[in-house]
Formats: sequence, C-alpha cells, structure tokens
Amino acid sequence: MAFSSVDGLLKAAGTSRSPLWAVIMEDDLSDRGATRESSLRQMSGLWEAMKQSSRDYSAEARSASGLSGGDGAKMSAYAGSGKGILGIFPDRIVAEALRMGESNACMKRIVAAPTAGSCGVLPAVIIPLAERDHIPDSEIVHALYVAAGFGQIIAARASISGAEGGCQAEIGSASAMAAAALVSLKGGTPEMSANACAMALMNLMGLVCDPVGGLVEIPCVIRNTAGALNAAGCADMALAGIRSRIPPDEVIDAMRSVGDSMPSSLRETGRGGLAATPSGIAAARRITHADP
Amino acid sequence: MIAFLNQKRAVFPFFWKAAQESGEKMGIFEIMGPVMVGPSSSHTAGAVKIGLVTRKLLGEKPAEAELLLHGSFAATGKGHGTDRALAAGLLGMKPDDVRIPESLEAARKAGLKLKIGTVTLRGVHPNTVLLKVKGVSGRSLEVVASSLGGGRIKICRIDGIETNFSGERPTLVVHNIDQPGHVAAVTTLLASRGVNIATMQLYRDTRGGYAVMVLECDQPIPEDSLASLSKMDGILKITYLNLDR
Repeated sequence: MAFSSVDGLLKAAGTSRSPLWAVIMEDDLSDRGATRESSLRQMSGLWEAMKQSSRDYSAEARSASGLSGGDGAKMSAYAGSGKGILGIFPDRIVAEALRMGESNACMKRIVAAPTAGSCGVLPAVIIPLAERDHIPDSEIVHALYVAAGFGQIIAARASISGAEGGCQAEIGSASAMAAAALVSLKGGTPEMSANACAMALMNLMGLVCDPVGGLVEIPCVIRNTAGALNAAGCADMALAGIRSRIPPDEVIDAMRSVGDSMPSSLRETGRGGLAATPSGIAAARRITHADP
Repeated sequence: MIAFLNQKRAVFPFFWKAAQESGEKMGIFEIMGPVMVGPSSSHTAGAVKIGLVTRKLLGEKPAEAELLLHGSFAATGKGHGTDRALAAGLLGMKPDDVRIPESLEAARKAGLKLKIGTVTLRGVHPNTVLLKVKGVSGRSLEVVASSLGGGRIKICRIDGIETNFSGERPTLVVHNIDQPGHVAAVTTLLASRGVNIATMQLYRDTRGGYAVMVLECDQPIPEDSLASLSKMDGILKITYLNLDR
C-alpha cells in the first residue's frame, strides 16, 4: 500500500537493499499489480512529455483570457544575456518555470506534477540540470519516482489540491517533490531527500490559492518560479547537511492544519487575495463579458 | 486564560488524528501526470474525460449535444476551455490531445451540433455538467457528471438514474427489467471468463421497473461475453466502457 509517512518510507528504504526510487516503485507495483517494465515505461513517458512540452513552448501563444503568454520568452532572452542577478543557470530555471506555466495557461500539452497549475516546478529544475550535468534519462526517471513518493505522502497526510489546502498544497507540494528529487539526482541519502522536502514545504507554508477570475493564470504562472527556485535552494541545503528542525511528517501535518484553517476565499474560489484586488476584479470582469 | 489553554490541549490530539485520517491515498501516477492539455486538471482534463465517457456510453458517434454547465464549470468554464474540452471528448479525443483547443471548429466539421449553456443542479459537486446527447442513429442519452480534481471524474446520473463510477476501470452498465436473476446471470458470466468485479452498484426507478447495474471490473470484458449479455432475456441495453481500448 502507498506510503503515508516519510518515516515509514525512510524505514522501508533503510531495511531494503534497493535505492529509494526502487522502494517507491516496488510499493506501487504491488499496489496496482503492474509490472516493473510497464511502470518504467510510463514514468519515462512522463519525462519525455515534459521535455516535449518544454520544446513546444511558443512565445506568441496567449491564453483564452489574454492574461498569460510571452513572459517565458522574455525571461529566456534575459537569462541568456548573462546579466541576471542570479546568474545564467538559476535564471534559466526561472525561465523554464514561466514557459511551462504559460504553456499550460495557453492550452498546450503539459505534465501535471502534481497538478496542472504547478506543472512548471519539476521540469524547471530538472530539465536545465539534466542538460548542464549531462544526466542520463534513466537517472532522471528514477528521480521522478522519488518526487512521486514524497507527493504521495503529502497527498495522504495533507492535500495536493488548491481548493482543499491552498497554493501551499500545489506549488508547495510540487516544490517539496522537486527538492527531494534533486537531492536524489545529486546522490544524496533518502534522509537528505526527506529534509529537502520538509524545508521546501516550510518555506511555502501558508501560501494561499487566489487565482484572478478563478483561472490558472495569475498568480499561478509566476508562482511556479517560486516553487522551482525554492526547490533548488532546499535541495542544496539538504545536500550541505542541513536538517529540518521539525520532522518532515510533522511539517506535512502542519501544512494540513494550515490548509484547514484557510478561509474558502483563499482556496481556489477566486474571491480573495490577488483575485480580490481592484485590478484582479477588473480582469475577471473583462473575461466574463468578453465574446467567445 | 489558563483554563482555556488546558482545554485546548485536551482536544488537540483529537484534531490531530482527524487531520491525519482525512488525506487521500493516491498512486504514484496519480501524483505524477497525467499528460494533459492545460490549463486545469479539473476544468479541462476532467471535462475531456467526461465528454469521452459520455460518447462511449452513447455507444455511437454523437450528432447533437447540449452541454449545460453548473457551478464553477459555468463560472470559469470559458477561461478554462471547459466547453472545448467537453466537445473534444465527445469527438473521441483524450485529455492529452493537442487538438482540444480547436475542438469547437472540429465539431462543426464533424457534423456535431453543439449547444452550450448553464444550469443549476441540486446537491452536486461544483464542477458538474449535464450532457444531453443524441447519436447518429437517433439513440439519446442524458448524463450528469462531475470533475473531482486531478482529472478524476464521477458519472453521477445516467438517464435520470443515480450512478457513481469513474470510468477508470473497464465498466459495464446493464439496463434491465427489475426482476430476480439478472444480477446472478451477469456476475456468473463474468466469473466464468475470469473477470473480477471491483465494485458493483444497483439502481432502479421503481420496484419491477427499470433497473441499472454498474460493474467496475479489474479486467477487460471479452467482446463475445458482451454480445451474449446483450441477448439475455430482460436485459434492455448494455453499455461497455473501456478508456484504454
């Protein structure tokens, strides 16, 4: 059965001679009665689809509402210029996150990870890293299992839905999954992955889901950049040996209770936060009254 | 104040336990994926699936369809492309089909007449749609379906009879006269072909009237079993749904 605690996952990994990703995969295989080959094929398919959707980004595409599009291209050009404050590589992460988020808003094909609104976080850190460090596809696929395993635990103990737990449950979960995956890509231990996951969630705890007009555009596209940069930073902290002072399971439970105490106006109803600003309201009104 | 704190501490473990129990067990490919056309897994991907399941339930090419959006589907459907997603599904597309954004145009070309409106339904999920479809041979069907999030859906009503299934597994819907023996006949046949039933639901309008059984199975049902089922006495109509097919 699916893991419902980080503790349980780490114990299983500790007693197994297999790497963390394989422990997560085996658990899922026994759950679904699926074969190792079909599972690996499916996960490789998701990785290929992520790369494809990165290639399919179009600078000209605009969303149906007209609220999204073009920013990823601007950021790519700026990142390439080398003048960025963060530097070429982190700026590339920012650009990739924007491009994915915009592709989603513009009805292009993406990989929900864990949701469509947060689809930019994982590819934004993994695609540039795979290119820079020449990481073989098979290793990336393994890291995606690690991401999925931590996502499973967050879903079981808390939520991965903005309507239930706010944006912390979407961008927060995506960032935590990405952080854990990055650690495993860099050869970190399962405990390090768990710490990266916990720290990433800590940083985004309390983030509300306040989409303008109820659409997956403002601020969702931009928030993918926060999730991606946070994931990279937390992965590096964990690899540096920094531990989360609050155990990962307790962090996830706290995220759950924070989500439970969020008013519904801040849980994907488009009635609070940025959605309730004068400009947010005006934009929503324009969309509703626009011709199809 | 001290009394208040003590009281709070006393109830805290109860809340803690409740919070831990209310999460959701999801498979790793429900966390990673699906590959889908954006922007929303509930309002776009789920809507495509609803359209597709409706087409499969109809069992033929739809010629006319009225799509009545309820709740959040009605409020944000246009910006999320929910209308286009439902139409795409009715045309047989899957949630990762890149032609989804142009599906309204594709429907016109395919001769599918679409009417899109809104409706207020009672006691349903916010992301719900009522579809009234008519097939090319004149067969008609009314489906109420909800998109639950993450691309997962629930078929809530078929031709006015309440149902509750997802379409994720091979699903058999049997419409029959409400009389003894039909459930036994159907399950015996499935058992003889090694098909395991995962969930089973029975519904009827009145005693001795019109009944529907919905069986979600772990294995696909062989074609010849479907044929012999549909010939059984008292069985009015069978519909088989297998999205993997």
